[in-house]
Formats: sequence, C-alpha cells, structure tokens
Amino acid sequence: MATTTLSKPALRPKGSTETVPNRRPKTPLSRILATVVVSVLAVAWLVPFAWATATALKSETDAASTPISWIPASGFTLDAFAKVLQSGNIPTWTLNSLFTSAAITAITLVISASVAYAISRIDFRGKRMLMGVIVASIIIPPPVLIIPLFQQMQSLNLIDTYWALILPQVIHSPMVFVLKKFFDQIPRELEEAALMDGAGRLRIFTTIVLPLSRPILAAVAIFVFIGAWNNFLWPFIATNESSLLTLPVGLQTIKSAYGIQYAQNMASALLAALPLIVVFLFFQRQIIRGVATTGLAGT
Amino acid sequence: MSTAPTTAPAGKSTRSRRDDIPAPAAKSSRSRRDNIHGWAFSAPFLVFFLTFLVWPMISGAVMSLTGKSLTGANSGFIGLANYTEAFADQDMWRSLGNTLYFTLISTVPLVVIALALAALVNMGLPAQWLWRLSFFSPFLLASTVVSLFFAWMYNPELGLFNDLLANLGIPPVAWLNDPSVAMWAVVIATVWWTVGFNFLLYLAALQNIPQQHYEAASLDGAGGWRQFFSISLPQLGPTTVMIVILQILASLKVFDQIYQMTEGGPGGATRSIVQYIFEAGFTGYRLGYSAAISYIFFGLILLIALAQVFTARKRSA
Repeated sequence: MATTTLSKPALRPKGSTETVPNRRPKTPLSRILATVVVSVLAVAWLVPFAWATATALKSETDAASTPISWIPASGFTLDAFAKVLQSGNIPTWTLNSLFTSAAITAITLVISASVAYAISRIDFRGKRMLMGVIVASIIIPPPVLIIPLFQQMQSLNLIDTYWALILPQVIHSPMVFVLKKFFDQIPRELEEAALMDGAGRLRIFTTIVLPLSRPILAAVAIFVFIGAWNNFLWPFIATNESSLLTLPVGLQTIKSAYGIQYAQNMASALLAALPLIVVFLFFQRQIIRGVATTGLAGT
Repeated sequence: MSTAPTTAPAGKSTRSRRDDIPAPAAKSSRSRRDNIHGWAFSAPFLVFFLTFLVWPMISGAVMSLTGKSLTGANSGFIGLANYTEAFADQDMWRSLGNTLYFTLISTVPLVVIALALAALVNMGLPAQWLWRLSFFSPFLLASTVVSLFFAWMYNPELGLFNDLLANLGIPPVAWLNDPSVAMWAVVIATVWWTVGFNFLLYLAALQNIPQQHYEAASLDGAGGWRQFFSISLPQLGPTTVMIVILQILASLKVFDQIYQMTEGGPGGATRSIVQYIFEAGFTGYRLGYSAAISYIFFGLILLIALAQVFTARKRSA
C-alpha cells in the first residue's frame, strides 16, 4: 500500500514540515481570496459545535421555542449540564471508554510491534506467508465479523464484560504493516553490535528498536486510540448493561430515553465530545502527524 | 513475548554476524534459533489473530449454512438455503442499493472537498493550525455525537437548516423524514464529520511535493491554476487513488450515523447493508441468515478490491 509517501514525515525533526507555507511566489490577491474562502468554510465548520453549545446553555423551554434564536429569552443557564451530570452515567461511561480504549491501544501496540519486528528482522520459516496473511486480512471489514464474534463471546460467557469490548478490537493488520516499514528503515548495525555483545533478541527489541521507534509508536497509538474511543457497532452489540457502556453507546441510550429534551441532549453530546477535543488541543501537532503517517494504511 | 530468551544461548562467542557465515553448522543453529525467535515474537499477535479474526471468519461461514437462531435453536445444516433466500430478498437488495448509493454520493464530496480545502490551505495561508483544527476536529467525535448534533440541526421546526432556508425564502424540508432527502442529509453530516481526515492526508501529500517544481514553473510563467493542474494534481495521483479506495471501502461499511439519525428510515430508504445484517441477527434472531448476508457483503468488498488490483496492474503494465 502507499504508506511510503507518508511514512517520511515521522522521521523528520519536530515541526519541520508543519507550518512552512509551501508556495511563496503567489500574488497577494489570490492569497487574500483563499483566506476569505477558507475562513468562511472554517466558520461554517464550527457552526454545529456552536449551535450545540448555545442549545445546551438554554433552558428546555427556550431550546424548544420558536422562532429559534441563538440568545435565549430567559438568559443562559447551566441547568442542562447539571441535570445530565446528576442523573449521571456520563462520568462512568467516560471512564469505561478511557479504560477500554487504553487497554486496546496498549495490547495492539505490544502485539503489533513484536510481530512487525519479527517480520522485519528475523529470518524464520513461514515469515513471508505470515506477512501475506496479515496483509490479506486488511480487506476483511469488521461488520462481517459481528455475528460470529457475538456468538463466540456468548459461548465464552463474555457478553457484558470488558473482555468482550477489548479482545476483539486489538487486531490492526494495517498497523503491523506500518510498523514493519518503519523497523525496516532502522540501521541493522545498531542491533548487530548488541548481538555481538551477547544481547538477546528481546533485549535488543526493547532497548534499541522500540526507543528509536517512538514517533511511529505514538502515531499508531493515536490512530488506534481514536478508533477505539469512537467505535460504536461492536460495543453496541457486546454490552447491554448501563454501567459497562462506552460513551458513544451510552449516548445512544440517552437519546432514546430523554426524547425531546434538547438542551440535555446537547449537553450530553458536548460532554462526550470534550475529552478528545481537549486532548487534541494539547497534542494537535502529534495527532495530525500521526494521522498523516498512518492514515493511508487504512482504518 | 516471555518465551524469547533475554540472554543469548551458549556458544554465543562463536556466533557469526549475519552476513558472513563461516560454517554450515553455525548456519543451521542460527536458523533454528531464528525460527524459534521469529515465531515467539509473532505468537501474541497470532493468538489474537486466530481467535478473533480467523476463527470468526470460519465459524461465520459455517453458521451461514445453518438455520441457527439467536436462541441457539435450529443449528442443523440447511445447505445454501440462506444464500438462495438472500438473493431473492428484496430488502437485502434494497439495503445493498442504498449502501452503493451512499458510497457514490459520499465518496465524491469527501474526496473533492478534501482536495479543494487542502489546496486552498496550502496556498501559504496564515494560522495553519487554525484551519486544521476547524476541519479536522469533527473527526475526533463519536458518531453518536455527530448524529445528535445533526438530528438537532435537521429538526423541522427548531433546526438551523430550515431556519436558514426560511431566511432565503425556501419552504421547509423534512430532512430526515423525506425518503428522497434523508440520504443526502446523512451525507452532509458525514462530510462534515470525516472530510477533515482526507483533508489532512492531502495536505501532507501537498507538502511533500518538492518546492523546486513550483519554482521552475513560475520561472516559466505558469500561474497558480496552471501550477495546480500541471504539478500538484499529477503529483497527488497515487495519494488520490489510495484515498478514493479507502473512502469507498469505509463508505460501504456505513452503519453508525444512519442507524442513529434515521434508523434506516423513512420506510427503509436509508437502511444500509450493515444495518440489515445487524437487524437480521439481533432483531430478527436469525444468526444463520445474517451470517449469509455478511458473506454476500464480504464478497462484494472482495470484488471491488480485486477490481482495483486489476486496474492497478493494467495501468502499471
């Protein structure tokens, strides 16, 4: 796959490509025009957030009154947020999402990096076939597996457990491929010196290869974490009990339970959106580079 | 992982470097050790891979040949009956048609708008981080959040969209309740949600194009448009092929936002094939039938993937 074109930025020093405008010789007019167009679009892109926020800060009566207005007649209020937090499963669901996504990311990193290392560095019998099978599996769409996976989890008595949420979500074949490509670029001399000194494979892997691979490991971790955090279909099937739901699934149950309480619906949605948006504001650069690096390898 | 030894076995002092192997004996011991190490490092991934990917693929195939229900009854073999039923099932074909329709009308804007945004932002605009933030941040939202936002904006009386139309003197639209509009409403929400991802990929690809190309072109007097069409666009070719393929495969799997916003309605007008699989299994209780439709869906994905490989071969040949 075409990861080659994009796996380079990760190797570059920090921020080298990020903010450098690419085409200097431009007539100012076209650049001003472009800025105006992009600004208008960017504002349009923020409207759903803004409208949700405006609604969440209204009383239910104001939220449901016509004609609609951005400024409520009886002033802004935090009632909806307070109600949602009191009636409260959102904190529990946030913790569930955090825990399961972190576990999925950690397991994915460990198992993908070690198999990728083996394929990149060790000459073992069956390695080509193994790589072929892993690459071929990229084509299998997860929804095809939901019925047999449900059946499997049911027979293992794992429905409505964290195990059911975590275990089936740790196979990310494209990420094995991404990691393998990165390991291929690390000079072998570094490891050979250590081999001569009598270091074992596992030592070399954990003390030489992994530290050198921090950028790609971060990129893979970000990609897997975002995917796990937002995954809906499988957690929706694998859990029923309210205390075990992840945020996206929990939100779906709120929607049907609250019905027409618009302000509370929007408050819940914003609270659910908050964690990743905050993380994004802090780690914008890393996240963007991570997505650009791993993105083309597929989801 | 724990099976891989942390210290090298005895005889390490005589071990050769990988490229100059002096004696055949050393070679065979090295390769045996490599075989053990290789599989030991692969084992953890393999365990998950076999248990949660290969096994479900097999058991799903077997299940599709049975009349198995969610309660576990009727697990006897019924041959290809599920498949013959599915191929005669109007609802299955309709869901498949809806899915292809969604894929078509979502992929085009998700690629074209992403490219246009990236090209504009790459023109040396100030505050690069701001544009990335605006266009990419929706991608970080869960589908449920996106659906709540848009269902609210699509509200016939209280929604922003109809308010905007009213200001323009256009009569209100029943966004999610009109069979001819609902799929487009879902596409608008989807574009808002995920176009930022393709936008980032395009932006990264644009920034990888060597600056000298543009400098040479401007010396030759080529203007901005000319440079975009004769340099940027051809250089973005491989990226575009990949983005289109990945987008098609992603769109074919659509379920979340449709299920959350319309539940497949009105009257099945937006029901996707994944929702049909889900409903056959979990509301219709027919696991066997549902597994068969899963395999039909998989067959479609395989066909598209093979077609892509074929055309790629032809082009490079």
